[in-house]
Amino acid sequence: MKVMSKISVIIEREYITRVRKKSFIIMTILAPVLLALFIVVPSLIMMNQDTEMKKIAVVEDGTDLFKNAIPNIKNTEFVYLGNVKLEEIKNNFEQAGYYGILYISPEVIHVPEAVQLISRKQPPILLLEHIENSLEKEIERQKLLSYKIENLDEIMKNVRTRVSVQTIKIDESGNVKETSTGVAMVLAYITSFVMYFLVFVFGAQVMRGVIEEKTSRVVEVIISSVKPIQLMMGKIIGLALVGLTQFLIWIILTFAIITAVKSALIPEQKITEAVQSIPQDIMSQNAAAAMQTTTVTTTEPVQASEFIKIFNSALNQPWGLIIFCFIYYFITGYLLYASVFAAVGSAVDNETDTQQFMLPITLPVILGLFVAMSTMQNPESSMAFWFSIIPFTSPIVMMARIPFGVPLWEIALSMFLMAVTFIIFVWMSAKIYRTGILMYGKKSSWKEIWKWLTYKG
Amino acid sequence: MIIFEARNVSKQYGSTLALNNLSISVPKQSIYGLLGPNGAGKTTLIRIINQITGPDSGELLLEGRKLRQDDIYEIGYLPEERGLYKKMKVGEQALYFARLKGISKAEAMKRLRYWFKKLEMTDWWNKKVEELSKGMAQKVQFVTTVLHEPKLIILDEPFTGFDPVNASIIKNEILFLRDRGATILLSTHDMASVEELCDNITLIDHGMSMLEGKVDEIRRAWAGNEYSVTFEGNIRVPENGNFQILHTDNEDNKTTVKIKCLKDISTNEILSELMKSGNIIAFNPALPSMNDIFIRVVKSKSGMPVN
Repeated sequence: MKVMSKISVIIEREYITRVRKKSFIIMTILAPVLLALFIVVPSLIMMNQDTEMKKIAVVEDGTDLFKNAIPNIKNTEFVYLGNVKLEEIKNNFEQAGYYGILYISPEVIHVPEAVQLISRKQPPILLLEHIENSLEKEIERQKLLSYKIENLDEIMKNVRTRVSVQTIKIDESGNVKETSTGVAMVLAYITSFVMYFLVFVFGAQVMRGVIEEKTSRVVEVIISSVKPIQLMMGKIIGLALVGLTQFLIWIILTFAIITAVKSALIPEQKITEAVQSIPQDIMSQNAAAAMQTTTVTTTEPVQASEFIKIFNSALNQPWGLIIFCFIYYFITGYLLYASVFAAVGSAVDNETDTQQFMLPITLPVILGLFVAMSTMQNPESSMAFWFSIIPFTSPIVMMARIPFGVPLWEIALSMFLMAVTFIIFVWMSAKIYRTGILMYGKKSSWKEIWKWLTYKG
Repeated sequence: MIIFEARNVSKQYGSTLALNNLSISVPKQSIYGLLGPNGAGKTTLIRIINQITGPDSGELLLEGRKLRQDDIYEIGYLPEERGLYKKMKVGEQALYFARLKGISKAEAMKRLRYWFKKLEMTDWWNKKVEELSKGMAQKVQFVTTVLHEPKLIILDEPFTGFDPVNASIIKNEILFLRDRGATILLSTHDMASVEELCDNITLIDHGMSMLEGKVDEIRRAWAGNEYSVTFEGNIRVPENGNFQILHTDNEDNKTTVKIKCLKDISTNEILSELMKSGNIIAFNPALPSMNDIFIRVVKSKSGMPVN
């Protein structure tokens, strides 16, 4: 029988026994449900809040400066009470059907704090922003009026400007591409997180699997049928497939649930607002949708063009490179860590003994994730550069950098170092593993492991 | 015909010499006992035969040619430390091990059905291993060891953990497998079963072969000049200058004495002297048990018969 078909028998067992486990099934189904709840519930709550009609009394102590200065917004009506004094209504606004009183003192022109919103409940932040913006505009307008400029209204219309910085990436040959930093960040976040997740969670499962086989002594039977390296690789590959399966199901289920809930409960128009509350990371694929965050407050036509811009930018990402790098770094990074985990598993008699070996392994992974997060703020920093070149952290950090554009020579160097390191480490791990799985009761230490590395045959 | 041979095999672990220039040769279709105290190097030798580890020096021959990587399909191995996946179902697990030995799923199922029926294990198919008793798990493991019909079956302490009934079932299966053509290499501390089953043995100590040969011949050689003589009736046998009475046993109107010759004289001379005491109905060299031989060899650190 060929070597590959034996590995495939091992992969099959590793895969099937894990995928059939209750804990796997529960985690696979529960996680997207929780995630979907996490996304849907806040938007449902927001919707419910919005349905409540608010009436706010605007009181000025008779100066009439801000009559109709604050436009009504959705669900909130501003009622100007010109003749009412604050004292008259202060204690009975609720009975009169008002949510609160907005008291504007004439001094507001000089003293910014001279405005009060009196209410029983804590008013929403968006409402406060709306009031502040409207009053600021009105005061500006009145101040300008005092200069007695002719055709002021017309001038103001002409003067009103809106700026949106378009980021354009230009390469050496002069090709111009529209990009969006937001899209790059989302991409960077997703790819580096998936990388971290797969490498770390499933690498650790490889270790547990090795310990299980060692303590139950199955390993001796198996390696009388297959080579230790085949068993090790079969386990590593099997678990990678389990991880990918779980991830794929999570993505599909999450989308399915959100789509179902969205079409069942939330009318079309409100969805854009609901999306605001989505943490950008998780709702990966639909980068464009998540990106609307930045556009919600702007007006309708602008939103449309913004959308197209983001869409273009997403299309303009170097997808080929991203996918290639992801696959490359995933395979090498996962193999590197999983084989080291396998070696650690083989060196100990039970899981509690793994402590002394775990820190040196987990440290670079966690460091990599931290650096990747800060990389998104500043992809050009020298820290980002070095950590994306050094193996161990490069799979995570480089994936975070690529959407922002990385010179090809840096990617090539990083990949080359990764390949060399991965080969050396898989080879060393296989040697340690081969000896370790048959060693019982020996206190494993770094020194002992070094000895195993030097054993022949 | 020799099916398996190890020639001058040495293996060192760090500073310990696990095997020191060891040679064994196992005749085809026989049961070969591998004896030796704990830590003598038996498991190391077995692991080398299974190609779990390689020897530092020496040669391993299967059917006259060098042992190859894919010869593991011709070998079945029951390790001393039994191991099965505890959470896996018995049937699935047996199937998995069979497939690792290169048997197709369909063929493995057919053979498993045969063995599970033969050893009355059919009900266990869907049970998890952790639900089985130790002896039951052992039986499962025995089946997985022989399922691929290996030419060479290596059993490391196959009887520990079995009750007498199951131990004898397994003994019968071992004899059945030999009669069907397999060769069995048996490592055990149970000397009674060595006498019962083994055709040949090698006794290993400190990685070296101390004693090797056919079980009968070894026992005869170690008998030295001790004899067991049975007389009719209850009698007393007098000692003389030529022999010494070690032990007298009166039973069923028969007397059995164990004598030890003190001089190098022929059996005929002793017989003629003994005949004076009564009617002899049996005269045999007193075979020492393998247990005695084992203890004496290990204690004396020498494979030469000592008296």
